[in-house]
Amino acid sequence: MGNLNLDIPFFFEYLFNPPDILLYGVWLTISIAFVAQTLGVIGGLFVALLRMSQRWWLRELGKLYIWIFRGVPLLVQLVIVYTGVAAAGLYKYPDIVIGPFTLSGPMQAAILALSLHEAAYMAEIFRAAISSIDRGQFDAARAVGMSPFTAMRWIILPQAIRIVIPPLGNEFTLMIKGTSLLAIIGIRELFGTIQQLNAATFRTFELFVIAAIWYLILITIMGFIQKHVEAYYSKHELPAEQNFKKKYKSRNLLSNNR
Amino acid sequence: MSPLVKIENLCKSFGNSDVLKDISLEIKKGEVMCIIGPSGSGKTTLARCINFLETCDSGKITVGNDLIGFKELNGKIIPLNETKTSKQRRNIGMVFQKFNLFSHLNALENITIGPTKVLGTDVKESIDEAKDLLKRVGLEEKCYSYPSQLSGGQQQRVAIARALAMKPILMLFDEPTSALDPETVGEVLEVMKELANGGMTMIIVTHEMGFAKEVADKVVMMDHGQIVEIGSAEKIFSNATNPRTKAFLEMML
Ligand SMILES: Nc1ncnc2c1ncn2[C@@H]1O[C@H](COP(=O)(O)OP(=O)(O)OP(=O)(O)O)[C@@H](O)[C@H]1O
Ligand SMILES: [Mg+2]
Repeated sequence: MGNLNLDIPFFFEYLFNPPDILLYGVWLTISIAFVAQTLGVIGGLFVALLRMSQRWWLRELGKLYIWIFRGVPLLVQLVIVYTGVAAAGLYKYPDIVIGPFTLSGPMQAAILALSLHEAAYMAEIFRAAISSIDRGQFDAARAVGMSPFTAMRWIILPQAIRIVIPPLGNEFTLMIKGTSLLAIIGIRELFGTIQQLNAATFRTFELFVIAAIWYLILITIMGFIQKHVEAYYSKHELPAEQNFKKKYKSRNLLSNNR
Repeated sequence: MSPLVKIENLCKSFGNSDVLKDISLEIKKGEVMCIIGPSGSGKTTLARCINFLETCDSGKITVGNDLIGFKELNGKIIPLNETKTSKQRRNIGMVFQKFNLFSHLNALENITIGPTKVLGTDVKESIDEAKDLLKRVGLEEKCYSYPSQLSGGQQQRVAIARALAMKPILMLFDEPTSALDPETVGEVLEVMKELANGGMTMIIVTHEMGFAKEVADKVVMMDHGQIVEIGSAEKIFSNATNPRTKAFLEMML
């Protein structure tokens, strides 16, 4: 133990009195995760509808999308979407200025890659949710004269969204953790900031334990919110929600395997 | 008077089983037609073809002025797209065996969603109408109950109110009481009787022979996708000529 090299005061200083750049990193992690998750949900719904289309070639297109974006590791996707595309001279991300904010190239690539990846997972979740809704709901919607779009909008989707809430919470947790990969394309979110601080101080152990603590805090808050939302909706559960839970309890859809 | 519903030479098969074989029927405005017959004879399929939930293979169905699911253009018959057929369905109410109330909406919302989202009726107006309808089916105190909080009989009465909210010219019932506990069958039949007395045109698939005898203007006996016998309730229930009708009725009574 003669070589023990721990700087306890450093640790507590950074834990309880974090520098602004660290807080900014946390904020960036949350906001990137939130934006990418939102886009992933929208994209996922779209891919799910492709996947369930009447037309075989749209279904195949949906399948292909899911196959690619679930099959290729997120890290590889990130590097292709940012570094690879630039290296090949295919595309250069221009800065996008929205009011006081500037969305840098790496940020655009990050959000794009995370959203595309997430859409593939959300698509499968939405598909499972929609197929656990009884066909009678759709029949009844058509029988009151709803067009397919109106039936989707007012009958099928509201039920699907409720069904999707528990797995969505899981997805968001995975998303927060997934943002740590963004450091590879130079984004200073939580993980990237810790790396940067580490390069200046070499207090690797202390800093990465602090990173771990921050991730745990974020994930715990998420879990807390999710529990309350689920409790709210469980007051009267839809038959489709029960179907869904029965069907997917034993499967990986709700678990954290990835 | 020309009939309100006219079905001509309707044929339908699932895979290689012929479920409806050359069905022709006419129903006048205000008439109540009961369809009876053994399980698997094609009663549900016939009802579902009438509002185009099921597409027929050949034949013609006219409800009011609409050729259901198709349009005639220069003597040729062309299929309509879903948006157009959904317009035709507005005029045709349907009540299902398993109620199929929208499970995320309460009783009131189940009734208002059709008028507001399909017909574009003003929300306040449709709420008032929905409350009247709930009163008519004896459920005014259940406005805010969700389907899972209602008994089968209550759910079915809400389902009838939901169909009526669209002000249909024709109501289809597919075994509306078959999924109910015996003690709640009566309340649903009561609502249907009132509807019949009010002059609604109704096509009712049912196993309730007593009810059919009482309200039907015409009874249709189906077996193996064909109309075996058709006539007044009096004729079918007291003087059936076809041996298959006789055998079926004997089994039911
Ligand atoms: N979607 C479908 N796909 C394949 N076959 C079907 C389908 N719907 C119905 N059938 C078949 O068509 C036949 C007629 O069914 P239908 O439901 O119309 O009978 P029914 O007279 O309503 O019977 P029941 O009294 O049991 O409700 C049955 O043999 C059934 O198996
Ligand atoms: Mg049936």
